[in-house]
Amino acid sequence: MTIEVKNLVKKFGSFAALDGVDLKVNDGELLALLGPSGSGKTTLLRIIAGLDWPDAGEVSFNGEDALAQGARERHVGFVFQHYALFRHMSVFENVAFGLRVQPRAVRKDEATIRRRVKELLDLVQLDWLADRYPSQLSGGQRQRIALARALAIEPRILLLDEPFGALDAKVRKELRKWLRSLHNEIHVTSIFVTHDQEEALEVANRVVVMDKGRIEQVGSPDDVYETPATAFVHSFIGESIELPVQVDGGVVRLGDSPLQLAAEGLAPGASRLFVRRHDMVVGPAGSGAFEGAVQHVRNFGPVQRAEVTLSGGETIEIDAPRDRGLRAGDTVGLEPRRYRIFAG
Amino acid sequence: MTMQIADNVSLSSPDAKSRAHAAAARNDLRTEPKAVRLVIITLAIAFLSVFVVLPLVVVFAQAFAKGILAYLAALAEPEALAAIKLTLAVAAISVSLNLVFGLVAAWAVAKFEFPGKTVLITLIDLPFSVSPVISGLVFVLLFGAQGYFGGWLRDHDIQILFAVPGIALATTFVTFPFVARALIPLMQEQGTQEEEAAISLGASGLQTFFRVTLPNIKWGVLYGVLLCNARAMGEFGAVSVVSGHIRGETNTMPLLVEILYNEYQFVAAFAIASLLAMLALVTLVAKIILERHLDEGRDVHDH
Repeated sequence: MTIEVKNLVKKFGSFAALDGVDLKVNDGELLALLGPSGSGKTTLLRIIAGLDWPDAGEVSFNGEDALAQGARERHVGFVFQHYALFRHMSVFENVAFGLRVQPRAVRKDEATIRRRVKELLDLVQLDWLADRYPSQLSGGQRQRIALARALAIEPRILLLDEPFGALDAKVRKELRKWLRSLHNEIHVTSIFVTHDQEEALEVANRVVVMDKGRIEQVGSPDDVYETPATAFVHSFIGESIELPVQVDGGVVRLGDSPLQLAAEGLAPGASRLFVRRHDMVVGPAGSGAFEGAVQHVRNFGPVQRAEVTLSGGETIEIDAPRDRGLRAGDTVGLEPRRYRIFAG
Repeated sequence: MTMQIADNVSLSSPDAKSRAHAAAARNDLRTEPKAVRLVIITLAIAFLSVFVVLPLVVVFAQAFAKGILAYLAALAEPEALAAIKLTLAVAAISVSLNLVFGLVAAWAVAKFEFPGKTVLITLIDLPFSVSPVISGLVFVLLFGAQGYFGGWLRDHDIQILFAVPGIALATTFVTFPFVARALIPLMQEQGTQEEEAAISLGASGLQTFFRVTLPNIKWGVLYGVLLCNARAMGEFGAVSVVSGHIRGETNTMPLLVEILYNEYQFVAAFAIASLLAMLALVTLVAKIILERHLDEGRDVHDH
């Protein structure tokens, strides 16, 4: 199932949750919508599910107009951040719900329903919990049951709204891997919303980065990390050093001092220079584009994180290999191995 | 300071010391001195005894003052039976109406955003803030012979005031808030996610209501119905204005109690009153049970 979204606009009062969003989702892919809170990612997901309606724009599944159908007709599996399990039903009945509410003409008989629920509980590896109630399960178990419930209706699309957002870090990591392998197994077109970049980069085939109701970049996890399209993407994904610079006459300046950085093709004017922390190579004083004094050093496993005050007065944090042996008080030269400059 | 020294001197044996420590620990946990606690508890019990338990005992004592046969005979009077029947009928009508209205109002308030929502919530509480006598008078103004619809009703030979419809209307008005009030906080707390999940799983609106929404609020509904029923059967003020006090026809139990009492028929008056008192006791017990279920429902719901 392919999904196509065209020029979607959704306003809540004067706040534009979606401000002209275009997106194509390929058949069978696992797509992440990544962005800070208020970026419109959940709104986009809910509109695709039919739980919200746009003010303008189009949504189509396999070329068919999806907005002509209600949530009930769209056959979309939706997994909520807070699970939304039916609290008065056993796990078994929760999973069976979608099968039991089918119109009589297509409803399966009881034996088929039981077999199907059993299969789904096996799939999420929780068949031993069938008779429990949601309140008796852990968060991770509840979310897996919610997923089994959504899969019961053999959805054409699976939508997950911050599926691991309410879980603790360890369970979240396990479920991430598990979702990845589950998707390899069932191959249903899936979109999941997250504000956790690590989650998006680890799980998804493609990542859509959103901010303020707009899509900033669509690309593979490597694309959005290695070649961010905008300043927002660079600062949102991965740890970045950000410095305000001036571009004029093919020269990049930080304060008054020109930097030895290529400036071809850059628009003149105020700009921002972005460098990944680990892309700042530490050399002896006098080498590299920047010079600075090391203020503090902390060690994290294989990495040394150093706070360096540049000669112009700006303070940045860099990651150097542990064996570099930086110490507070050192004067060092810094050369960005890779960097990007964005106007504005 | 001097006290402490004196204590240390007098409590020199290890045994006495440990006892003193234990007493000190107990005192730390309870902030009020024992005497104050005693006074407060005694006051509370005395107040409850005089104002709640004593009247209840008096009601039953008076009802059985001339023996159980007189009690049963008083209840078997045609007038008494008519009043009991009318009260049950009126309660059944107003409770069912308020069950529907209350569900609809709570549903609208809890699950949707719309302009005028705060006004609606305030209006739901109106019957509680208006004196019941005024509530009754409103219906006299509307449906009485000189009222807005009085002429039209007379022309079409429809009797509302001084008949069952008027009593049911007044009772429904006075008891409206109970079901809605019980459900609004419960439904607001539960949110709309389970309903959204049900719909995305293919359930229709009715299936969603009966399979998801209603089971989640059933204890709240019963709680509201219980309180609504207790008030509907006990309502005096509003009903008194619209009833017309026609003996054997438009007297509810509370109205009959007053009439019989004014006629010095104490056994009969208190016999009917004892039924109302028993209703109150049953309501109390049921309320405790329902509240326990409601709390369990809340525990299940965690984020």
